[in-house]
Amino acid sequence: MRQVDVSTIRDEVARLSQETNYYLDEEILAAFEEGREEDESPAARAVFEQLLENARIAAEEQVPMCQDTGTAVVFLELGQEVELVGGYLEDAINEGVSRGYTEGYLRKSIVEGPADKRKNTGDNTPAVIHTRIVPGDQVKITLAPKGGGSENMSRIQMMKPADGLEGIKDFVVETVVEAGPNPCPPVIVGVGIGGNFEKAALLAKEALLEPISDDNKNSEMPELEREILEEINKSGVGPQGFGGRTTALGVNIKTYPCHIASLPVAVNINCHAARHQSVTL
Amino acid sequence: MTKRISTPLDEETLAELKAGDKVLLSGSVYTARDAAHERLIKLLEAGEELPIEIEGAVIYYVGPAPAKPGYVIGPAGPTTSYRMDPYTPQLLDAGLKGMIGKGSRSREVRDLLQKHKAVYFGAVGGAAALISSSIKESEVVAYEDLGTEAIRRLKVEDFPLMVVDDIYGDDLYEQGVEKYRIKQEV
Repeated sequence: MRQVDVSTIRDEVARLSQETNYYLDEEILAAFEEGREEDESPAARAVFEQLLENARIAAEEQVPMCQDTGTAVVFLELGQEVELVGGYLEDAINEGVSRGYTEGYLRKSIVEGPADKRKNTGDNTPAVIHTRIVPGDQVKITLAPKGGGSENMSRIQMMKPADGLEGIKDFVVETVVEAGPNPCPPVIVGVGIGGNFEKAALLAKEALLEPISDDNKNSEMPELEREILEEINKSGVGPQGFGGRTTALGVNIKTYPCHIASLPVAVNINCHAARHQSVTL
Repeated sequence: MTKRISTPLDEETLAELKAGDKVLLSGSVYTARDAAHERLIKLLEAGEELPIEIEGAVIYYVGPAPAKPGYVIGPAGPTTSYRMDPYTPQLLDAGLKGMIGKGSRSREVRDLLQKHKAVYFGAVGGAAALISSSIKESEVVAYEDLGTEAIRRLKVEDFPLMVVDDIYGDDLYEQGVEKYRIKQEV
Protein backbone atom coordinates (compact mmCIF):
# COMPACT_ATOMS: atom_id res chain seq x y z
CA MET A 1 0.00 0.00 0.00
CA ARG A 2 1.22 3.45 -0.89
CA GLN A 3 0.70 5.94 1.87
CA VAL A 4 -0.65 9.40 1.12
CA ASP A 5 -0.96 11.95 3.90
CA VAL A 6 -4.28 13.75 3.78
CA SER A 7 -2.45 17.02 4.52
CA THR A 8 -1.11 16.83 0.94
CA ILE A 9 -4.68 16.54 -0.35
CA ARG A 10 -5.67 19.51 1.85
CA ASP A 11 -2.85 21.65 0.43
CA GLU A 12 -3.66 20.74 -3.16
CA VAL A 13 -7.35 21.51 -2.66
CA ALA A 14 -6.41 24.93 -1.24
CA ARG A 15 -4.15 25.65 -4.22
CA LEU A 16 -6.70 24.44 -6.80
CA SER A 17 -9.48 26.51 -5.16
CA GLN A 18 -7.52 29.63 -5.96
CA GLU A 19 -6.04 28.71 -9.33
CA THR A 20 -9.33 27.56 -10.85
CA ASN A 21 -10.86 30.90 -9.90
CA TYR A 22 -7.98 33.04 -11.21
CA TYR A 23 -7.06 31.30 -14.44
CA LEU A 24 -9.49 30.41 -17.21
CA ASP A 25 -8.78 27.38 -19.38
CA GLU A 26 -6.97 28.01 -22.70
CA GLU A 27 -9.76 26.22 -24.53
CA ILE A 28 -12.37 28.65 -23.22
CA LEU A 29 -10.16 31.67 -23.98
CA ALA A 30 -9.78 30.41 -27.55
CA ALA A 31 -13.56 30.09 -27.84
CA PHE A 32 -13.95 33.69 -26.59
CA GLU A 33 -11.47 34.87 -29.22
CA GLU A 34 -13.35 33.03 -31.92
CA GLY A 35 -16.60 34.62 -30.77
CA ARG A 36 -15.06 38.08 -30.73
CA GLU A 37 -13.98 37.65 -34.34
CA GLU A 38 -16.91 35.71 -35.73
CA ASP A 39 -20.22 36.35 -33.98
CA GLU A 40 -22.26 38.53 -36.31
CA SER A 41 -23.95 40.40 -33.45
CA PRO A 42 -22.08 43.55 -32.37
CA ALA A 43 -23.42 43.16 -28.82
CA ALA A 44 -22.06 39.61 -28.75
CA ARG A 45 -18.63 40.70 -29.94
CA ALA A 46 -18.59 43.41 -27.27
CA VAL A 47 -19.38 40.81 -24.58
CA PHE A 48 -16.52 38.58 -25.77
CA GLU A 49 -14.20 41.58 -25.70
CA GLN A 50 -15.17 42.25 -22.08
CA LEU A 51 -14.77 38.59 -21.12
CA LEU A 52 -11.28 38.44 -22.62
CA GLU A 53 -10.28 41.64 -20.83
CA ASN A 54 -11.81 40.29 -17.62
CA ALA A 55 -9.85 37.03 -17.90
CA ARG A 56 -6.65 38.98 -18.47
CA ILE A 57 -7.18 41.13 -15.36
CA ALA A 58 -8.10 38.11 -13.22
CA ALA A 59 -4.96 36.19 -14.23
CA GLU A 60 -2.60 39.16 -13.95
CA GLU A 61 -3.87 40.41 -10.62
CA GLN A 62 -4.72 36.98 -9.26
CA VAL A 63 -8.29 37.87 -8.43
CA PRO A 64 -11.31 35.67 -9.17
CA MET A 65 -12.69 36.09 -12.70
CA CYS A 66 -16.24 36.01 -11.28
CA GLN A 67 -17.39 37.17 -7.85
CA ASP A 68 -19.39 33.95 -7.60
CA THR A 69 -16.53 31.64 -6.77
CA GLY A 70 -19.03 28.87 -6.44
CA THR A 71 -19.76 25.77 -4.48
CA ALA A 72 -16.49 23.86 -4.23
CA VAL A 73 -17.24 20.61 -6.05
CA VAL A 74 -14.48 18.06 -5.54
CA PHE A 75 -14.07 14.87 -7.55
CA LEU A 76 -11.68 12.39 -6.08
CA GLU A 77 -10.41 9.26 -7.78
CA LEU A 78 -8.82 7.25 -5.04
CA GLY A 79 -6.59 4.34 -6.03
CA GLN A 80 -7.51 1.22 -4.08
CA GLU A 81 -3.84 0.61 -3.31
CA VAL A 82 -3.58 3.91 -1.46
CA GLU A 83 -3.62 4.08 2.31
CA LEU A 84 -4.66 7.49 3.54
CA VAL A 85 -2.92 8.60 6.73
CA GLY A 86 -2.87 11.69 8.92
CA GLY A 87 -6.61 12.22 9.42
CA TYR A 88 -10.02 11.92 7.82
CA LEU A 89 -10.15 12.58 4.08
CA GLU A 90 -13.27 14.78 4.00
CA ASP A 91 -12.03 16.92 6.88
CA ALA A 92 -8.82 17.50 4.94
CA ILE A 93 -10.72 18.48 1.80
CA ASN A 94 -12.89 20.93 3.73
CA GLU A 95 -9.85 22.40 5.46
CA GLY A 96 -8.32 22.90 2.01
CA VAL A 97 -11.45 24.65 0.76
CA SER A 98 -11.63 26.82 3.87
CA ARG A 99 -8.01 27.85 3.56
CA GLY A 100 -8.09 28.35 -0.21
CA TYR A 101 -11.24 30.49 -0.13
CA THR A 102 -10.11 32.54 2.87
CA GLU A 103 -6.51 33.18 1.87
CA GLY A 104 -7.40 33.62 -1.79
CA TYR A 105 -10.01 36.37 -1.20
CA LEU A 106 -12.70 34.19 -2.74
CA ARG A 107 -16.36 34.71 -1.93
CA LYS A 108 -17.99 32.52 0.69
CA SER A 109 -21.31 31.52 -0.79
CA ILE A 110 -22.47 28.55 1.26
CA VAL A 111 -25.35 28.77 3.75
CA GLU A 112 -26.40 26.14 6.27
CA GLY A 113 -30.01 25.52 7.20
CA PRO A 114 -30.90 25.91 3.52
CA ALA A 115 -34.65 25.72 4.07
CA ASP A 116 -34.94 28.22 6.89
CA LYS A 117 -31.91 29.76 8.64
CA ARG A 118 -29.70 30.22 5.58
CA LYS A 119 -26.70 31.21 7.67
CA ASN A 120 -23.40 31.67 5.86
CA THR A 121 -20.87 29.08 7.03
CA GLY A 122 -18.15 31.69 6.65
CA ASP A 123 -15.51 29.70 4.79
CA ASN A 124 -17.35 28.19 1.82
CA THR A 125 -17.45 24.74 3.40
CA PRO A 126 -18.68 22.11 3.22
CA ALA A 127 -17.55 21.11 -0.25
CA VAL A 128 -19.65 18.74 -2.36
CA ILE A 129 -17.43 15.68 -2.58
CA HIS A 130 -17.68 12.77 -5.02
CA THR A 131 -15.24 9.96 -4.34
CA ARG A 132 -14.67 6.93 -6.57
CA ILE A 133 -12.41 4.04 -5.74
CA VAL A 134 -10.32 3.20 -8.82
CA PRO A 135 -7.51 0.72 -9.60
CA GLY A 136 -3.93 1.75 -8.85
CA ASP A 137 -2.03 3.68 -6.21
CA GLN A 138 -2.67 7.28 -7.20
CA VAL A 139 -5.04 9.98 -6.05
CA LYS A 140 -6.57 12.31 -8.62
CA ILE A 141 -8.20 15.48 -7.28
CA THR A 142 -10.39 17.64 -9.49
CA LEU A 143 -11.76 20.90 -8.20
CA ALA A 144 -14.69 22.44 -10.08
CA PRO A 145 -16.13 25.58 -8.44
CA LYS A 146 -19.71 25.94 -9.67
CA GLY A 147 -21.64 29.19 -9.74
CA GLY A 148 -25.23 29.46 -8.54
CA GLY A 149 -26.74 31.24 -11.54
CA SER A 150 -26.08 28.45 -14.01
CA GLU A 151 -26.71 25.65 -11.51
CA ASN A 152 -30.19 27.09 -10.89
CA MET A 153 -31.07 26.69 -14.58
CA SER A 154 -30.21 22.97 -14.66
CA ARG A 155 -32.90 20.30 -14.95
CA ILE A 156 -33.49 16.58 -14.73
CA GLN A 157 -36.27 14.62 -16.32
CA MET A 158 -37.27 10.98 -16.10
CA MET A 159 -38.20 10.48 -19.76
CA LYS A 160 -39.95 7.57 -21.40
CA PRO A 161 -37.79 5.19 -23.43
CA ALA A 162 -40.15 5.97 -26.34
CA ASP A 163 -39.07 9.63 -26.23
CA GLY A 164 -35.78 8.50 -27.78
CA LEU A 165 -33.14 10.70 -29.34
CA GLU A 166 -35.58 13.36 -30.51
CA GLY A 167 -37.09 13.65 -27.05
CA ILE A 168 -33.66 13.98 -25.46
CA LYS A 169 -32.61 16.60 -27.98
CA ASP A 170 -35.76 18.67 -27.46
CA PHE A 171 -35.43 18.53 -23.68
CA VAL A 172 -31.80 19.66 -23.68
CA VAL A 173 -32.33 22.46 -26.19
CA GLU A 174 -35.46 23.67 -24.41
CA THR A 175 -33.66 23.73 -21.06
CA VAL A 176 -30.84 25.89 -22.38
CA VAL A 177 -32.96 28.20 -24.52
CA GLU A 178 -35.59 28.79 -21.83
CA ALA A 179 -32.81 29.65 -19.38
CA GLY A 180 -32.04 32.52 -21.78
CA PRO A 181 -29.72 35.11 -20.26
CA ASN A 182 -29.93 33.76 -16.69
CA PRO A 183 -27.07 31.22 -16.62
CA CYS A 184 -24.55 33.69 -18.15
CA PRO A 185 -24.28 32.47 -21.72
CA PRO A 186 -22.27 31.47 -23.66
CA VAL A 187 -22.72 28.32 -21.63
CA ILE A 188 -21.31 24.84 -21.61
CA VAL A 189 -23.91 22.10 -21.45
CA GLY A 190 -23.33 18.85 -19.59
CA VAL A 191 -25.82 16.09 -20.36
CA GLY A 192 -26.19 12.84 -18.44
CA ILE A 193 -28.24 10.09 -20.05
CA GLY A 194 -29.12 6.84 -18.29
CA GLY A 195 -28.24 5.34 -14.93
CA ASN A 196 -30.99 6.42 -12.58
CA PHE A 197 -32.19 9.65 -10.97
CA GLU A 198 -28.98 10.61 -9.15
CA LYS A 199 -26.60 8.95 -11.60
CA ALA A 200 -27.89 11.02 -14.52
CA ALA A 201 -27.27 14.24 -12.56
CA LEU A 202 -23.76 13.17 -11.64
CA LEU A 203 -23.00 12.21 -15.25
CA ALA A 204 -24.17 15.65 -16.38
CA LYS A 205 -21.83 17.30 -13.88
CA GLU A 206 -18.94 15.05 -14.92
CA ALA A 207 -19.61 15.91 -18.56
CA LEU A 208 -18.78 19.53 -17.68
CA LEU A 209 -15.26 18.46 -16.75
CA GLU A 210 -14.57 17.18 -20.27
CA PRO A 211 -12.88 19.30 -22.97
CA ILE A 212 -15.19 21.12 -25.39
CA SER A 213 -13.07 21.51 -28.50
CA ASP A 214 -13.31 18.89 -31.24
CA ASP A 215 -9.54 18.38 -31.10
CA ASN A 216 -9.56 17.42 -27.44
CA LYS A 217 -12.86 15.61 -27.24
CA ASN A 218 -13.40 11.93 -26.77
CA SER A 219 -17.15 11.85 -27.21
CA GLU A 220 -19.51 8.96 -26.62
CA MET A 221 -22.17 10.55 -28.84
CA PRO A 222 -20.45 13.14 -31.06
CA GLU A 223 -23.30 13.44 -33.52
CA LEU A 224 -25.96 14.15 -30.92
CA GLU A 225 -23.64 16.68 -29.26
CA ARG A 226 -23.16 18.49 -32.57
CA GLU A 227 -26.88 18.49 -33.35
CA ILE A 228 -27.80 19.86 -29.94
CA LEU A 229 -25.11 22.55 -30.09
CA GLU A 230 -26.26 23.64 -33.52
CA GLU A 231 -29.89 23.80 -32.42
CA ILE A 232 -29.05 25.81 -29.28
CA ASN A 233 -27.03 28.29 -31.32
CA LYS A 234 -29.93 28.81 -33.71
CA SER A 235 -31.92 30.22 -30.79
CA GLY A 236 -30.46 33.72 -31.08
CA VAL A 237 -30.04 34.06 -27.29
CA GLY A 238 -26.35 34.82 -27.68
CA PRO A 239 -23.74 35.92 -25.14
CA GLN A 240 -25.49 37.32 -22.03
CA GLY A 241 -28.79 36.94 -23.88
CA PHE A 242 -28.16 40.19 -25.76
CA GLY A 243 -28.77 38.38 -29.06
CA GLY A 244 -26.20 36.54 -31.15
CA ARG A 245 -25.01 33.27 -32.57
CA THR A 246 -22.99 31.96 -29.63
CA THR A 247 -25.35 30.75 -26.94
CA ALA A 248 -23.34 27.64 -26.08
CA LEU A 249 -19.63 26.95 -26.54
CA GLY A 250 -19.98 23.21 -26.21
CA VAL A 251 -22.21 20.25 -25.41
CA ASN A 252 -20.82 17.17 -23.68
CA ILE A 253 -22.79 13.97 -23.17
CA LYS A 254 -22.06 11.10 -20.82
CA THR A 255 -24.12 7.91 -20.68
CA TYR A 256 -24.60 4.88 -18.42
CA PRO A 257 -26.76 1.79 -18.86
CA CYS A 258 -30.19 2.07 -17.28
CA HIS A 259 -33.35 0.14 -16.35
CA ILE A 260 -35.62 -1.17 -19.13
CA ALA A 261 -38.40 1.16 -17.93
CA SER A 262 -36.29 4.30 -17.72
CA LEU A 263 -34.61 7.06 -19.66
CA PRO A 264 -33.25 9.58 -17.12
CA VAL A 265 -31.83 12.74 -18.69
CA ALA A 266 -30.08 15.49 -16.73
CA VAL A 267 -28.88 18.83 -18.07
CA ASN A 268 -26.28 20.68 -16.02
CA ILE A 269 -25.51 24.15 -17.34
CA ASN A 270 -22.18 25.85 -16.74
CA CYS A 271 -21.66 29.57 -17.27
CA HIS A 272 -18.80 30.72 -19.48
CA ALA A 273 -16.54 30.79 -16.40
CA ALA A 274 -16.04 27.05 -16.81
CA ARG A 275 -13.63 26.34 -13.99
CA HIS A 276 -12.03 22.99 -13.30
CA GLN A 277 -8.51 21.80 -12.66
CA SER A 278 -7.01 18.48 -11.66
CA VAL A 279 -3.87 17.18 -10.03
CA THR A 280 -2.67 13.61 -9.63
CA LEU A 281 -0.71 12.62 -6.55
CA MET B 1 -23.37 54.98 -29.59
CA THR B 2 -22.68 54.98 -25.88
CA LYS B 3 -24.65 57.23 -23.52
CA ARG B 4 -23.03 58.64 -20.39
CA ILE B 5 -25.46 58.99 -17.48
CA SER B 6 -25.25 59.79 -13.76
CA THR B 7 -27.21 59.01 -10.62
CA PRO B 8 -29.68 59.92 -9.27
CA LEU B 9 -31.63 59.12 -12.44
CA ASP B 10 -33.98 61.96 -13.35
CA GLU B 11 -37.00 61.79 -15.63
CA GLU B 12 -35.21 63.32 -18.57
CA THR B 13 -32.37 60.79 -18.47
CA LEU B 14 -34.74 57.86 -18.09
CA ALA B 15 -36.80 59.03 -21.06
CA GLU B 16 -33.71 58.97 -23.30
CA LEU B 17 -32.76 55.38 -22.54
CA LYS B 18 -33.89 52.70 -24.98
CA ALA B 19 -33.57 48.93 -24.74
CA GLY B 20 -30.27 47.96 -26.37
CA ASP B 21 -28.48 51.23 -25.59
CA LYS B 22 -24.93 50.99 -24.32
CA VAL B 23 -24.51 53.10 -21.22
CA LEU B 24 -21.66 54.24 -18.99
CA LEU B 25 -23.04 54.97 -15.54
CA SER B 26 -21.36 57.21 -12.96
CA GLY B 27 -22.37 58.21 -9.44
CA SER B 28 -23.71 56.30 -6.45
CA VAL B 29 -25.36 52.90 -6.58
CA TYR B 30 -26.43 50.64 -3.71
CA THR B 31 -25.68 46.95 -3.66
CA ALA B 32 -28.37 44.53 -2.50
CA ARG B 33 -29.24 40.92 -3.26
CA ASP B 34 -31.52 38.25 -1.82
CA ALA B 35 -31.09 38.63 1.96
CA ALA B 36 -30.86 42.45 1.95
CA HIS B 37 -34.02 42.70 -0.15
CA GLU B 38 -35.89 40.56 2.33
CA ARG B 39 -34.90 42.95 5.13
CA LEU B 40 -35.75 46.11 3.15
CA ILE B 41 -39.22 44.79 2.43
CA LYS B 42 -39.79 43.94 6.11
CA LEU B 43 -38.96 47.58 6.97
CA LEU B 44 -41.34 48.90 4.31
CA GLU B 45 -44.10 46.60 5.53
CA ALA B 46 -43.56 47.81 9.11
CA GLY B 47 -43.66 51.41 7.90
CA GLU B 48 -40.10 52.02 9.06
CA GLU B 49 -37.38 54.10 7.43
CA LEU B 50 -35.03 52.43 4.95
CA PRO B 51 -31.26 52.57 5.52
CA ILE B 52 -30.82 53.90 1.95
CA GLU B 53 -32.07 56.95 0.07
CA ILE B 54 -34.45 55.16 -2.26
CA GLU B 55 -35.80 58.16 -4.21
CA GLY B 56 -34.20 58.03 -7.67
CA ALA B 57 -31.79 55.34 -6.49
CA VAL B 58 -30.13 52.58 -8.47
CA ILE B 59 -29.70 49.14 -6.88
CA TYR B 60 -27.01 46.80 -8.16
CA TYR B 61 -27.69 43.09 -7.59
CA VAL B 62 -24.25 41.94 -6.53
CA GLY B 63 -22.44 40.07 -3.79
CA PRO B 64 -18.80 41.06 -4.27
CA ALA B 65 -15.83 38.86 -3.50
CA PRO B 66 -13.62 40.08 -0.63
CA ALA B 67 -11.21 42.92 -1.45
CA LYS B 68 -7.53 42.07 -1.59
CA PRO B 69 -5.32 44.47 0.41
CA GLY B 70 -5.03 47.73 -1.50
CA TYR B 71 -8.25 47.18 -3.44
CA VAL B 72 -11.50 49.18 -2.98
CA ILE B 73 -13.61 46.06 -3.53
CA GLY B 74 -13.22 42.52 -4.80
CA PRO B 75 -14.56 41.31 -8.16
CA ALA B 76 -18.19 42.43 -8.37
CA GLY B 77 -20.26 41.18 -11.29
CA PRO B 78 -24.05 41.02 -11.43
CA THR B 79 -26.13 38.20 -9.98
CA THR B 80 -29.29 36.82 -11.62
CA SER B 81 -32.13 39.31 -11.19
CA TYR B 82 -35.33 37.23 -11.25
CA ARG B 83 -34.77 36.25 -7.63
CA MET B 84 -35.35 39.90 -6.67
CA ASP B 85 -38.62 40.12 -8.69
CA PRO B 86 -40.88 39.40 -5.69
CA TYR B 87 -39.39 42.37 -3.78
CA THR B 88 -39.21 44.84 -6.65
CA PRO B 89 -42.80 46.19 -6.76
CA GLN B 90 -42.55 47.67 -3.25
CA LEU B 91 -39.17 49.24 -3.95
CA LEU B 92 -40.51 50.82 -7.13
CA ASP B 93 -43.42 52.20 -5.11
CA ALA B 94 -40.87 53.69 -2.72
CA GLY B 95 -39.08 55.54 -5.55
CA LEU B 96 -36.43 53.17 -6.94
CA LYS B 97 -35.52 54.22 -10.51
CA GLY B 98 -32.88 51.79 -11.66
CA MET B 99 -31.73 48.22 -11.19
CA ILE B 100 -28.59 46.52 -12.45
CA GLY B 101 -28.31 42.75 -12.78
CA LYS B 102 -28.36 40.00 -15.35
CA GLY B 103 -31.14 37.92 -16.80
CA SER B 104 -34.85 38.37 -17.45
CA ARG B 105 -37.39 40.05 -15.19
CA SER B 106 -40.94 38.85 -14.66
CA ARG B 107 -43.80 40.17 -16.74
CA GLU B 108 -45.09 41.94 -13.63
CA VAL B 109 -41.79 43.76 -13.00
CA ARG B 110 -41.52 44.78 -16.64
CA ASP B 111 -45.02 46.26 -16.58
CA LEU B 112 -44.23 48.10 -13.36
CA LEU B 113 -41.02 49.53 -14.84
CA GLN B 114 -43.14 51.08 -17.53
CA LYS B 115 -45.69 52.35 -15.03
CA HIS B 116 -43.12 53.84 -12.64
CA LYS B 117 -40.81 55.03 -15.44
CA ALA B 118 -37.84 53.07 -14.14
CA VAL B 119 -35.13 51.18 -16.02
CA TYR B 120 -33.46 47.77 -15.72
CA PHE B 121 -29.84 47.56 -16.85
CA GLY B 122 -27.79 44.47 -17.67
CA ALA B 123 -24.14 44.20 -16.74
CA VAL B 124 -21.98 41.44 -18.20
CA GLY B 125 -22.26 38.45 -15.90
CA GLY B 126 -18.89 36.97 -15.14
CA ALA B 127 -16.96 40.13 -16.06
CA ALA B 128 -16.46 40.71 -12.34
CA ALA B 129 -12.79 41.66 -12.28
CA LEU B 130 -13.31 44.14 -15.11
CA ILE B 131 -16.40 45.70 -13.53
CA SER B 132 -14.67 46.20 -10.18
CA SER B 133 -12.16 48.50 -11.88
CA SER B 134 -15.01 51.00 -12.44
CA ILE B 135 -15.85 51.01 -8.71
CA LYS B 136 -13.94 53.82 -7.02
CA GLU B 137 -15.38 53.76 -3.48
CA SER B 138 -17.27 51.22 -1.42
CA GLU B 139 -18.82 51.64 2.00
CA VAL B 140 -21.11 49.29 3.91
CA VAL B 141 -24.25 51.25 4.86
CA ALA B 142 -26.43 48.49 6.31
CA TYR B 143 -26.57 44.83 7.35
CA GLU B 144 -22.85 44.28 7.83
CA ASP B 145 -23.72 40.91 9.39
CA LEU B 146 -24.77 39.67 5.95
CA GLY B 147 -21.17 39.73 4.73
CA THR B 148 -21.13 39.75 0.93
CA GLU B 149 -24.90 40.38 0.99
CA ALA B 150 -24.60 43.60 3.05
CA ILE B 151 -25.84 46.85 1.49
CA ARG B 152 -22.95 48.94 0.21
CA ARG B 153 -22.89 52.37 -1.32
CA LEU B 154 -20.59 52.28 -4.33
CA LYS B 155 -19.18 55.21 -6.21
CA VAL B 156 -18.82 54.11 -9.81
CA GLU B 157 -17.23 55.73 -12.83
CA ASP B 158 -18.20 54.66 -16.31
CA PHE B 159 -19.75 51.36 -15.26
CA PRO B 160 -20.45 49.61 -18.62
CA LEU B 161 -24.11 48.58 -18.94
CA MET B 162 -26.79 47.78 -21.49
CA VAL B 163 -30.37 49.01 -21.17
CA VAL B 164 -32.45 45.82 -20.96
CA ASP B 165 -35.93 47.13 -20.04
CA ASP B 166 -36.76 50.75 -20.79
CA ILE B 167 -39.71 52.93 -19.73
CA TYR B 168 -41.49 52.21 -23.03
CA GLY B 169 -41.94 48.49 -22.39
CA ASP B 170 -39.21 47.29 -24.73
CA ASP B 171 -36.89 44.45 -23.73
CA LEU B 172 -33.40 43.83 -25.09
CA TYR B 173 -33.53 40.06 -24.52
CA GLU B 174 -36.67 39.73 -26.64
CA GLN B 175 -35.33 42.01 -29.34
CA GLY B 176 -31.93 40.29 -29.45
CA VAL B 177 -33.35 36.79 -29.70
CA GLU B 178 -35.84 37.87 -32.36
CA LYS B 179 -33.08 39.42 -34.44
CA TYR B 180 -30.68 36.48 -34.34
CA ARG B 181 -33.02 33.50 -34.07
CA ILE B 182 -32.81 31.19 -37.06
CA LYS B 183 -36.36 30.16 -37.81
CA GLN B 184 -37.24 26.54 -38.44
CA GLU B 185 -37.65 25.61 -42.06
CA VAL B 186 -41.23 24.62 -42.79
